Amino acid sequence: MNAAIKSERSWGRRAVVLMPYLWLAIFFLVPFAIVLKISLSQTAIAQPPYVPVFDLAAGWQGLQDFFARLTLDGYRLIVSDPIYLFSYFKSLQVAGVSTAILLLIGYPIAYGIARSPRGLQPLLVMLVVLPFWTSFLIRVYAWINILQRDGLLNDVLMRLHIIHEPAVWLASDTAIYIGLVYSYLPFMVLPLYATLEKMDETLLEAAADLGCPRWKAFWQVTVPLSLPGAAAGTLLCFIPIVGEFVIPDLLGGSRTLMIGQTLWTEFFFNRDWPVASAVAVALLALLVLPILLYERLQQRQLQGLR
Amino acid sequence: MADGDGTRGLEEGSQPALVRFEQVSKRFGDVAAVDALSLDVRRGEFFALLGPSGCGKTTLLRLLAGFEAPNEGRILLDGEDIGDVPPHHRPVNMMFQSYALFPHLTVEGNIGFGLRQENVGRRERGERVAEMLALVKLQGFGKRRVGQLSGGERQRVALARSLIKRPRVLLLDEPLAALDKKLRAETQFELMELQRKLGTTFVIVTHDQEEAMIVADRIAVMDRGRLAQMAEPAEIYERPNSRWVADFIGEVTLIEGRLGEGGTLETGLGPLRVAGGGKSGGKVWLALRPEKLRMSAEKPAAGHHNALSGTVAEVGYRGDVSLYKVRLADRSLMKVALANTSARGKAQFAVKDVVWLSWPHDAGVLLTD
Repeated sequence: MNAAIKSERSWGRRAVVLMPYLWLAIFFLVPFAIVLKISLSQTAIAQPPYVPVFDLAAGWQGLQDFFARLTLDGYRLIVSDPIYLFSYFKSLQVAGVSTAILLLIGYPIAYGIARSPRGLQPLLVMLVVLPFWTSFLIRVYAWINILQRDGLLNDVLMRLHIIHEPAVWLASDTAIYIGLVYSYLPFMVLPLYATLEKMDETLLEAAADLGCPRWKAFWQVTVPLSLPGAAAGTLLCFIPIVGEFVIPDLLGGSRTLMIGQTLWTEFFFNRDWPVASAVAVALLALLVLPILLYERLQQRQLQGLR
Repeated sequence: MADGDGTRGLEEGSQPALVRFEQVSKRFGDVAAVDALSLDVRRGEFFALLGPSGCGKTTLLRLLAGFEAPNEGRILLDGEDIGDVPPHHRPVNMMFQSYALFPHLTVEGNIGFGLRQENVGRRERGERVAEMLALVKLQGFGKRRVGQLSGGERQRVALARSLIKRPRVLLLDEPLAALDKKLRAETQFELMELQRKLGTTFVIVTHDQEEAMIVADRIAVMDRGRLAQMAEPAEIYERPNSRWVADFIGEVTLIEGRLGEGGTLETGLGPLRVAGGGKSGGKVWLALRPEKLRMSAEKPAAGHHNALSGTVAEVGYRGDVSLYKVRLADRSLMKVALANTSARGKAQFAVKDVVWLSWPHDAGVLLTD
């Protein structure tokens, strides 16, 4: 009977462990394999718009044929044409700058929430998440409204006599940064808050006891201990911003070309699926590297703490 | 301390207190954690603050460290009011109950933290950290991460970290509470040895009366924010000043009665002979420690001893001693401790045995409070 319970439990356990793998397989690995395969194909005026097409009915010979016709042309193109390298670089730059701004704004907010009275904290956290209750698109359109020539921002600035004629905000990098920072702030604040909130306050007392004034204790104790949260927030913001499409497309100018827009153009405008897929695969490879690096760092830190 | 008990007043006069609390009160909302409390800690002594949880002993320690500010009263260190001095400028250091070691620093980084704040050079810092590591017997542990240490090792790191700045007073907040019993007993003696070697004044907070009596030169027993009694361990144990202290420290049996003529106490168990007087007719309690009693099967010969008969109701075998509870004629229970001197490893009496309890007339203490 005991053995029966044990095997039943291990079955349940196995099912639970299997869940994330199953999820990853269905919603990540399979789609990725398809994208990878398309990236190795060639454009064709057909439905679907590329060759070769995988055909099980053709049998062994068909499979060999299929592999023989895969090419690296898509990748060759994105390495040789500077427009792709340029938009990769632009994406990394935009993501880097806005993540830095997010960290500068998000840290004080997270720190403030973590240091407020216990009873108030859930409310403050809810306020940070509150914008999510409105559709993302609507919020970006609201920014168009605020940033346009006769919009709210120019109106306020002119009434305060900071500027005397309407400034151009829209269709600029500034507008992209405003939109990105606004949209991604909760992703920076929440992980930072989570690490700051569980920090043992007696550590600060210990620091004070050993002759460390409060401002110094912040740099010597609080900041190093909140690094895991800062790293998590940075990744949560940086990675999706690199691939961001909607915000630069709606708020940015036509000259700013981030990789998401390039990808969109290849897919929907040029109908070049293989090149678009190659761009997507290259982007993934570009982002996987820093993630793996981060994982290894965190592993090492966990070993140190445990 | 060579002068002994009798001259304590003089001693205090010639050697001013290192730490002095003057009518200090600290309230949290409506609750007075410390209530108009005054006490002195002498230079170089091992001083214990003892009391049940919530008695204010930790608050007292935190007031001294500067983490709390008193609502009333003054705290003097070496005769100077330190009320306005922030914690990072006080020449006292604290060892926290949770140890509060910095998880992002190595053992060396933790121990040297205090010196780094004073901008002590790398070389001197290294030397002093090594000195501390040797003092707490952790040589070779300097490069380890705090997370890789056992509970006992963490405790030593915390101790070294709080001693490296050579504080004028070392505050220890339940320093041994997280250790298992065996390690705790060893560490108690190491703490005493360390304190003698360094000559630093130690103030320890503990709820463990045995620990306080082992390590401390003097103990302040606290009850609900007030000082119940302050004296040397033996004095507190043998001559508690109230029923509360007698009951809190160790085991005790209290017998209520009224003082009669010629050193007798009229109780529900008949007249008992007691030492010491007081005005007759007043209501008092006789406090008897279990190990002061003798227990026998036959009635002891009459003499200066009090003798009562009863039935063994409970036996608590503890190895070295057995603690008996004996039911007396008036249904009350009396606690008796007997050393298990026989090697056969059995308690000498069993439940339901009829026994005689006896004690000399000066074995107990009369309490009026």
